[in-house]
Amino acid sequence: MAEGNVAKPLILQGRNAGGALERVTAKARRAFRNSVAILLFLTAWEIVPRTGIVNVTFFPPFSEVVNAWWGLLRAGDLQDHLAASLTRSISGFLLANLIAIPLGLAIGWWKTAADYLNPFLELMRNTAALAILPVFILLLGLGETSKIAIVLYASLFPLLLNTISGVKNVDPLLVKSARSMGLSSVSLFRKVIVPAALPTMFVGIRQAGASSILVLVAAEMVGATSGLGYLIQYAQFSFLIPQMYAGIITISVLGIIVNYLLLALERRLTDWKQTYGE
Amino acid sequence: MTTESKISIRHVHKAFGIQRGSKQLKAENQPVYALQDINLEVRQGEFMVIVGPSGCGKSTLLDLLAGLTKPGSGQILLDGKAISGPNLDRGIVFQQYALFPWKTAIANVEFGLEAKGVGRKERRETAQRFIDLVGLGGFEHRYPHELSGGMKQRIAIARSLAYDPEVLLMDEPFAALDAQTRETLQSELLRIWEATGKTIIFITHGIEEAVYLGQRVAIMTSRPGRIKRVIDIPFESRRSEEDLRSNPDFVKLRHEIWELLKDEVSRAQEQEKSKTLDAYAEGRSSAKGGVRHG
Ligand SMILES: Nc1ncnc2c1ncn2[C@@H]1O[C@H](COP(=O)(O)OP(=O)(O)O)[C@@H](O)[C@H]1O
Ligand SMILES: [Mg+2]
Repeated sequence: MAEGNVAKPLILQGRNAGGALERVTAKARRAFRNSVAILLFLTAWEIVPRTGIVNVTFFPPFSEVVNAWWGLLRAGDLQDHLAASLTRSISGFLLANLIAIPLGLAIGWWKTAADYLNPFLELMRNTAALAILPVFILLLGLGETSKIAIVLYASLFPLLLNTISGVKNVDPLLVKSARSMGLSSVSLFRKVIVPAALPTMFVGIRQAGASSILVLVAAEMVGATSGLGYLIQYAQFSFLIPQMYAGIITISVLGIIVNYLLLALERRLTDWKQTYGE
Repeated sequence: MTTESKISIRHVHKAFGIQRGSKQLKAENQPVYALQDINLEVRQGEFMVIVGPSGCGKSTLLDLLAGLTKPGSGQILLDGKAISGPNLDRGIVFQQYALFPWKTAIANVEFGLEAKGVGRKERRETAQRFIDLVGLGGFEHRYPHELSGGMKQRIAIARSLAYDPEVLLMDEPFAALDAQTRETLQSELLRIWEATGKTIIFITHGIEEAVYLGQRVAIMTSRPGRIKRVIDIPFESRRSEEDLRSNPDFVKLRHEIWELLKDEVSRAQEQEKSKTLDAYAEGRSSAKGGVRHG
C-alpha cells in the first residue's frame, strides 16, 4: 500500500474524466433528443418526393430546396430580402416597446385606468392585425410606413397587456414592505414595481417578437416589392418552387433565432427565477 | 403616563369603509370597526407582545404603528412625537417574509440601507454583519427561493435590523414556520433583542409564544379590537432557564391568558362564520338581482 499516495490522484483523475465523459454523453443525448424529430422530417422530405408519392414539381426534395437557398444567397437576393424584412420588423417591434412599456407601466400603476382600459385593449389585441391591414394600406399607402405600422400594431397589444398585468399583479406585500422602509413613489417604482413586473413583461416581449415576424411576412405578401414575404409570393407566381420553400425555411429559422435571442435576454435579466430545467 | 414611554398609543380608533370588490358592491355600507379605543404604553427597550384572536385588528394596529395607515381618531406617539408616516426609525417583519425575490439574501438586507443613503461599501459590510448575527453566514448569495422558510425569516429580520430602527414591529413572524424552527427562532430573537436593546412589538395569536417572548403581554378582544388586559411576565433573563415552558409559573400565566382569550376566540370564530354566510347570501341575492335586471 506504499503506492496509495500515488494512486489517489490517479483515481481522482479517473473520476474527473468519467465526469467529463458523462457530461459529454448527456449533452449528446440532449442534442439527439432535440433534433431527432426534425432530422426525421427532413429525411422524409428528401425521400418522399423521390418515390413519386407526391408531385415533385410542387414538392421538391429537401436537397433541391437547399440548393435553391444557396443560389439565392450567392446571388445576394436572400440577404436583400432578409434585410428589408428585418428592418421593418425591428423598427416596428422597437417602436412598440418604446410606446407600450412606459404606457403599460403607467396604466398598470393607476389601477382605475387599467380597469377601464383592459377590455378595450383585449378587444384590440384580438382584432387580428392582418384584418386591419387594408386600413393601414388605405391610410398609409403601400410603402414602408404601413409595413412598420402593422408590425407596431401587432406587437403593441401583447406588450401593453402584459406590462399592465405585470404591474398590477406585483405582490402588495412587497410594496408594503418597501413603503415601510420610507421609499418614495419614484424609487418604489424603480426598485420594486419594475423588477417585480419584469417576468410578466417578458411574456409580452416574446409574444411581440413572434408576431412582429409573423404579421410582417403576411403583409409583405399583399403589397410589397421586397422582403421575405414578397420573395415567397414572387417565387410562387414565377413557379420557382424550390426558391419558395427556401424562403419559407428562412422565415422558420428566423423565428427560432428571434425567440432564442429574446429568451436569452430574459434569462439574463430574470436569472433570479427558478431555473426551468431543475 | 410615564415620561419614558417609547411608544404611546392613545385612544386610537380605526374603521374601514366600504369594501371595493365586485361582489360586495351592494354589501352593507356600514364600516368595519377594526380597532376601538386602543391605549398602550411601550417602554424603551421593552419586549411587548400583543396577542389576540385572528381578525381582531392586530395587523391593523401594526400598520398604524408603521405609519402605513392613519388612525381614524386618537394618536400614536414615538418619543412623544406623533407618527406622520413610514420611516426607517421603525422596522417591520411580516409573517410572509416579504423578501424581494430578484435580490440575493445580502442584497435584500442592503435594501433598507440603500433607502437610508448608506454608501455601497459600508452597506455591504453592515449587511454582512447582520447576516452573521442571524446565523446565515455562507448564504449571502442565495436567492430567497433557495432558502427555507426559517432562513427567509432570518434574512427578513436581518434586513429590518440592518438599518438600525429604534423599534422593531413584528407581525406574527413565526406563524408560518414549523414548530421546531419556530422555537429556535424564538430563542434567537431573544438573544438578538438582548444584544441590540431594541424596543420590540411582537404580534402573535400563540399564547405560549406570547408568554415565552414578552416582558408584558397585551391581550386584545375580538373585533372591534380593544386592549382587554396587559399582563406582566416576570421571568428575568429567560435564556438561562433550560425548559421554561414546563415551569409551573409559566404554565400558570399561559392558563391565565388562555382564560382571558378563550371567549374572544370563540366570538371571533362566530364573526368569521357569519361573515362567510353573509358573503354567501350576498352573492346569491346579487346573482338573483342580476337575473331580474337582465
Ligand atoms: N383594508 C381593509 N379594508 C377593509 N377591512 C379590512 C382591511 N384590513 C383589515 N380589515 C378588516 O379589519 C379586521 C381586522 O383585520 P386584521 O388587522 O388583519 O386582523 P388580524 O391581523 O388581527 O388577524 C378584519 O375583520 C378585516 O377583515
Ligand atoms: Mg394579521
